[in-house]
Formats: sequence, C-alpha cells, structure tokens
Amino acid sequence: MTVLTVPMAEATPAGTTRRARVLRRLRRNPLAVVSFVVLALVAVVAVLSPWIAPYAVEQTDFAHTFAPPGTPGHVLGTDDLGRDVLSRIMLGARASLQVALLAVATSLVVGVPLGLAAGYFRAWDAVISRLTDLLLAFPFLIMAVGLAAIRGASLTNAAVAIGIAQIPGVIRVVRSDTLRLKSLDFVAAAVVDGASDLWVLARHVLPNATSVILVQATVAVPAAILGEAVLSFLGLGIQPPAPSLGTMLATAQQFAARAPWAAVLPGVVIMGLALAFNVFGDALRDALDPKGDR
Amino acid sequence: MSRYLITRAWQSALTLLLSTVVVFLGVRALPGDPALALAGEDRSPEALAAIRHHYGLDQPLPLQFARYLGRVAQGDFGESIRTGVPVSSMLTTALPVTVELSVLAILIATALGVGAGVLAAVRRGRPAEWLANGLALVGLSVPHFWLGLLAILYLSVATGLFPASGFVPLGDDPVGNLHHLVLPAVILGTGLAAIIMRQTRSAMLDSLSSDYVRTAKAKGLRPRAVISRHALRNSLIVVVTIVGLQLGGLISGAVVTEQIFGLPGFGKMTIDAVFQRDYPVIQAVVLLTATAYIVINFLVDLLYSVIDPRIRVAGGAA
Amino acid sequence: MTVVQAAGAAAATTGAPVLEVRDLCVSFRTEGGSVSAVDRVTLDLAPGEIVGLVGESGCGKSVTAMSLAGLLPDSARVSGSVRLEGTELVGTRESVLRRVRGKEIAYIFQEPMTSLNPVLTVGRQIGEALQVHERMSRRAARARAVELLSLVGIPSPATRVDNYPHQLSGGMRQRVMIAMAVACGPKVLVADEPTTALDVTVQAGILKVLRDLRDRLGTTILIITHDLGVIADVADRVVVMYAGRIVERAPVTDLFAHPRHRYTAGLLSASPTPGVHAGSQRLQEIPGLVPVLSSQPDACTFADRCPAADARCRSAAPPLEPVGSTAADHLAACWHPCPTPRTQPEETTP
Repeated sequence: MTVLTVPMAEATPAGTTRRARVLRRLRRNPLAVVSFVVLALVAVVAVLSPWIAPYAVEQTDFAHTFAPPGTPGHVLGTDDLGRDVLSRIMLGARASLQVALLAVATSLVVGVPLGLAAGYFRAWDAVISRLTDLLLAFPFLIMAVGLAAIRGASLTNAAVAIGIAQIPGVIRVVRSDTLRLKSLDFVAAAVVDGASDLWVLARHVLPNATSVILVQATVAVPAAILGEAVLSFLGLGIQPPAPSLGTMLATAQQFAARAPWAAVLPGVVIMGLALAFNVFGDALRDALDPKGDR
Repeated sequence: MSRYLITRAWQSALTLLLSTVVVFLGVRALPGDPALALAGEDRSPEALAAIRHHYGLDQPLPLQFARYLGRVAQGDFGESIRTGVPVSSMLTTALPVTVELSVLAILIATALGVGAGVLAAVRRGRPAEWLANGLALVGLSVPHFWLGLLAILYLSVATGLFPASGFVPLGDDPVGNLHHLVLPAVILGTGLAAIIMRQTRSAMLDSLSSDYVRTAKAKGLRPRAVISRHALRNSLIVVVTIVGLQLGGLISGAVVTEQIFGLPGFGKMTIDAVFQRDYPVIQAVVLLTATAYIVINFLVDLLYSVIDPRIRVAGGAA
Repeated sequence: MTVVQAAGAAAATTGAPVLEVRDLCVSFRTEGGSVSAVDRVTLDLAPGEIVGLVGESGCGKSVTAMSLAGLLPDSARVSGSVRLEGTELVGTRESVLRRVRGKEIAYIFQEPMTSLNPVLTVGRQIGEALQVHERMSRRAARARAVELLSLVGIPSPATRVDNYPHQLSGGMRQRVMIAMAVACGPKVLVADEPTTALDVTVQAGILKVLRDLRDRLGTTILIITHDLGVIADVADRVVVMYAGRIVERAPVTDLFAHPRHRYTAGLLSASPTPGVHAGSQRLQEIPGLVPVLSSQPDACTFADRCPAADARCRSAAPPLEPVGSTAADHLAACWHPCPTPRTQPEETTP
C-alpha cells in the first residue's frame, strides 16, 4: 500500500496545478464567464421556482385566456387556460433540467464503468463494442417510443430513453481515455507493483479521466434538454398538466393563429439553456485541452 | 474486399441479429399478456386464443423468435391492430416520404456544413469564422421543431411562400413535391449542418497545417486547388463518418418534423401508433430504424474505403 | 561529375547567379511581440551548384528556405531581396509567386510520409505541377510522371505511378517527392532535410539521385541539413547559420579543412572528411543553448557559447568578411577567427 501511494503522490501536485490553470483559463474567457453566470442564475431559479413563481402552475383563469405578454399581473401573458406563462416557463425549465440531469446521470452510471472496462480489459472490448453498436442503432426517439409503448409516457421514461441513447458516447470517450492512461508510466507502475485491476481503475484511471467525462457531460446536458423538449412536444415525455417547455410549444402550435407569441417564448428559453451549456462546454474543452498549455 | 470490411460486415450482421432479439423481447416485455395488448378492442377468450395461436405465443420462446425472424425476413411485419392493414404496405407508402425528406436534409446539411466549415477554417480568426462558429452553436442549441413552428407561422402562414403542411408524391408533381419538402428539409438539416460544420472546421484546420498542404502550396497550386483537392478531400473522411453516426439523430428529427409539417411519413406513422398502442406497427418501426442505421453505417464504411485508400488496400482498424 | 562541378564552380565565380539573396530578414509576429528568425542573410546560388545550408535546429535555415518562394505563414514579415535571375520575389504578388513555385523553385521536404497527400496517387501528385505550370492534360501529365519516377530510380514506374504513398517505402516516397519537385525542370531545388527521416543506406541513394539531377539537368540545389555527413557527401559550397545569421561561408573542402568561425570549428570537432561518405555524422553538442532569435544587433550571437569571446564580441556584431584563407571565397563573421591550419577548438580556454 505504501508503495502504491508513490505514483499518486507524483500525480496529485500536477493535478492541482492543472486544475488551477484550467480555472484560470476559464476565468479569462468572457464567453465561459457569461455562460456560467447564466447557468448559475437558471439553476437558482429552477431550484426555487416552486416558491418564487408568481402563480401556481396549474391555476387556471378562464376570464383571462390568451393574455398577450405585458398584461398587468402576467408579464409573459397567459395560455389557453389562462395559466401564467412566466410561472409555467420557470417550472418548465426546472423540469428540463431535471430530465437532463437524470438522463446524463443514467448515461454516466452505465457508460463510465463500461468505458473503463472496454479500455482496460482487452477481452471486454469486443463485447462492449457490440453493445455500443446495438445501442446506437436505436435513436433516442425510437427508444422513447419503445419505452412509452411498454411502460407509458412519463418524465422518468423520457429521461431514461435519452440517457440510454447517450451511453455510447460516454463509453467511447471513457474507453479512449482509459486506453491513453493505461499506457502512461504511473499506471504501469501501479500495475507492476501488483495493484489489483479494480484498484488501478478506481484510484489511477478514473480520477484522471474525470476531465473528459466532465466535458462529455457538459455536451450531453444540452442534448438532453433538447431531447426532453422534443419528447414532451410529441406527448412522449412530461404529461400535461405538469409544466414543460415542450408541451407548452405543443399547445402553442394548436393556438398559433390566436396567440403566436406563445410559440416564441418557451422555444427561446430552451435555446438559451442549451446555448449556455454548449458555450460553456466549448470553453471547458478548450481550457482542458493540453495543446493550450503551450 | 479487405479484412477490415469483412470484419465490419460480420459485426454489422451480429448487431442486426442482436437488435432483432431486442425488438422481439421488447414486445414480450409489454405489461400483462402480450395477446391482450395485441388484441386491441376484441378481448374475448376466443379472440385471445386465436391471437396466441396466430402469433405463436403458445410456443417456446426460441421457436417463436425463429418464426418471427422468418416472417420479418420475408417482409411480413403483421397487421395493424387498428386498421388491419398489413404493416408492410403502410411502410411502402410512408417510407418514401421520410427517405426523401432525410436525403434532402442530408444534402442541405452537408452543403451548408461543409461550406461553412471550410470557410471558417480558411478565414481563421476573421469575422467569417466567428459568424460560422456562432451560427453553428445556435444550430446545435435550437430545438428544430420550434424552428419549424416559427417557420410555419412566419413563412408559410404569414407570407404563403411555402405550404404549411401536406404532401404531394414525387411521382405526381415533382415541383409541388419539392415545394412541400424544402422547408421541412431545411429545418431538419439545421442541427446536422451545425455538427458537420464544427467537424469540418476542425478537420480542415488539421489538414491546412499538414505537411502535404505545404507540399501542394510549394508546387504552385492555386489556393482553391490546395483547399479542395488536398485539404478538403482528407477532411471529407471525417464528414462521412459524422453523417453516418448522426443518422440516429436525423431519424429522431424526421419523426418530429413530419409531425409538425403534417407529412404522411414514417414518423407520423410511428407517433400515431404509439398513441393507438398499435404494437405490430411500433415493433416494425423500431426494427426498421435499427436495420436502417446498421446497414447505412456499413455502407458508410464502404464509402470510407473509397475515399481513403489506406483502408481500401491495407485494412486494419482505424 | 568533376567536369560539372568545375563548371559549377566556374559559374559561381564568373557567371550570373541564378538566385541572389540580399539582406534577407524574417521576423514573426507572436503574442509576445515580434521575434526575429533570420537576420540579414546574403547568399548567391550559381547555376548547377549544390550549396549546403547547415546549422542546428532553430537557427533559421528552414525559414530562410521557405522564404525564398514566399511560403512562410501570414504571421511572417520578410524584408530584403530575393532575386531569381534578376526578378525580385520579396513582396511580389501571390499570383507571380505561384508561377515561380514548383516551376522555377521547387521544394523537397523532410517527412516524405506526411508531405505526400495520403488520398491521392503519387502519379496524380507528380502530375499536378505539370498540369498547372505546363498546361498538360491529365493523361500527358501521368505519362510524364512515369518518366520522372524512372528518372529518380523507382523500379517499375508504370505500376508505381498508380500507388498511394502508404504503399511505398520511406526511401521511395522521398524519391517521389524529388520526382514531383523536378517535374517542371526547376532552376533551383530546395531540399529541406531530405534525408533526415531515412535510414543511412537509403540516404546514400537519395543523395545520389540529387547529384545525378544536377549532373544531368544542371539543377541548382540548396540542401538544408544539420547533418555534416550529407554536406560532405554532396555540397560544393557550405553556408553555416547560427541564430538567424550566416556565420561562415566557404567551399566545402576549405570549410572542412580550415573552419574559421569558432562555431563551425565546434561543429566539426568530430568531423568527417569531405569526399569520403561519412554516414550519419551529426553535429556535435556544443555547450550552451541556441539563443532566442530576438534582437541582438550589437553583439555576436555566438558570444555566450564561444571560448574566444571578449568584450568586443559582446558589443559589436562581426561582419561577414573574407578571411585570409586558402580560398578567396571563404567568409566568416568572427572577430577572432580560428587560426589556420585547422586546430581543435579549445573549449577550456578562457
């Protein structure tokens, strides 16, 4: 055990300075700062939305349906049932993030161990590659269609369908990073020292693979947000009357002639959320890129 | 055929078989008695028994699977529970719409994505690159079904330039057909275009700084020839792979786009089937999608070897 | 061969040079300001001559070579003059330079694997220059490519012409590079480390091809290398660069016999003999680091590593001047040239 700590001791200080360097680079990138602030604000609003939303989301008001944005009391107007659009957008964004986090968590929980195994154990690689091919053959919407057929449409099933569809991507990046790390000296040293495979994976490979996993997660979140919107729009995701940006758009489509503005706002919110994540993901990838160290 | 392609061929075949197993077992995973689900409205014991017998549900699972495979291989996907129409004939009318929409979308996305990607790489650090990068980020982040909604609202309904919905078969009226499909295809292609642009840009940046591009310049070739014959040709390998891998996303996108524009394709058929619990149709749709994905990606590998002579002759994994 | 060499040497002294480089300066704009890479390089290439440009990596020899036909990236600032048979190339329009590249001045690069396009056949790549400069049809260019492949000693050229680079060995790829470079009969062939990536035995073959080209076609060759063995093997004259400047210039036998600049002497301290094939004799390690090529206008750039440096060396840059040697065209930029006959440099002398 004492022998094993040696390579770690060598790796850790380098890891700390690297983290500091990455953070410094992120701070210097205005796009990274702006997108991070936006995401932080959205996260706060999403967490607090049940308490800070001006109206209860399912509170209908048939006297004031299709109020346009700017109506006193309803900043963003009301929908076909007179429900407050701002409140529904706030809770819809919360639901989007919930689905996205659940989906990405699903893909990481399944994908990371499989990627580690595929990269580390030669014998597993072929089997896991076939599994990846198999998963890729079922696009998330088709997966969601199947799940909805078997288990019914729900927020959880939408998240699971999106998460399963994202597993291959996670496996791919974790596998290739594991292959890279396996060839490095400190991992080889641990193997020579007689550390068990599981120990090497958990203590040496996984901690060093976190940066690629992090980048993969940041690009997976906006994809999941868009996926949730699509599924809810089609009725395969979050079920009415629960608020969702996707279902809001589906409703807006029906009443587009009467209230065209209702088709704009939820879409802008979805796009803004996804854009913030994508911009931050790009900045994070650039900051982590060792080529930028020079 | 090289060893690489032989390996890819049997891998594809294996994946295809596995996906068939998944789809077959998926139906068995339906809650309760699959016969009940398959029965639709008529749930008398006699009807259920007939269904069990018809689908061979009273036989051992491996035998059922073998029979299922045999039927599928002959193009027999059963009948729609709702309409009694054979699923295969539903597919014959729906598929051409989706295939045409997808091919158009891929063409548009490739033209836009490769064009913008090359431009961004060649004009590195100039406004053109910023614009292309920004547009690509927006293209990645925009829910394209929402773009479709806006397009219908502000382009079709407001200006009447494009039909808001509906479809004319290609054979009946080619112009009308294109008129109906062009807007959906553009909408469907936006996400793919963004992905292709980003990949093309980074591949082009790699090739433009490569030694062989330096050689090409030293030969006195015009910039256009250097870019198209030398840099782009090598970058296309990446683009082809991306299009293959993004096919799943494209199929998902096609389903939504058809729903928005009211196109009578595969996507609309799928969504209708889900809400009507039309299990034979869902089963066929899922299986067909998986098959299409696997087969097309195998074809992409073939195309790969046409573009990249290293794979054609030497083989070996990439 | 000796006849041609004599002709080349005669041309160097009497005839008009094919390429005249005068006070060539190259600097690069970087985030940390402007960095000088080449400082006042002056050089003539006579028709049919093989000149070796030698120095450590980073001394500016490749930048000098690339600047001749304007092949440097946009971040480079080039001043001075490069005249090809009297025509000025520095600051000339791209369209004019394009007609020069591949037609008048052709290049061979170090890595034959990466310098050839992996997705085009070698015949296609050789033919390209012919299609552009000689307006040949694709078919005619391909036929000429076969001849060129045979000229550079590739066996069964008629089948090789349709091969892709990865199907050829390293030495064959470099022969393809040479065939590509000489396709349009250039006046000047610039070979940037043409043998560095190759085995010793393959090297000898490539150098023989270059010599044959000069002998048969009268091509002027500028060969850039850090390998003194290569210089000894093929060059008529040698130019030694250090930290962006030319420090010594002399006929090859003279330089090897009587190096005058302390840096050259250091390089040669384990020197091969000219004329005898020297294999892969590489530059010997000289203590100290090559200085960053920023501005040192008022000092000898080698002063910090030189055993003979004094206050004068640190306050004034020595001019490149004839040093009283056996040959009249032996120049060195040194305040304290090595005495002749050649002595071993004494690194320990203060």
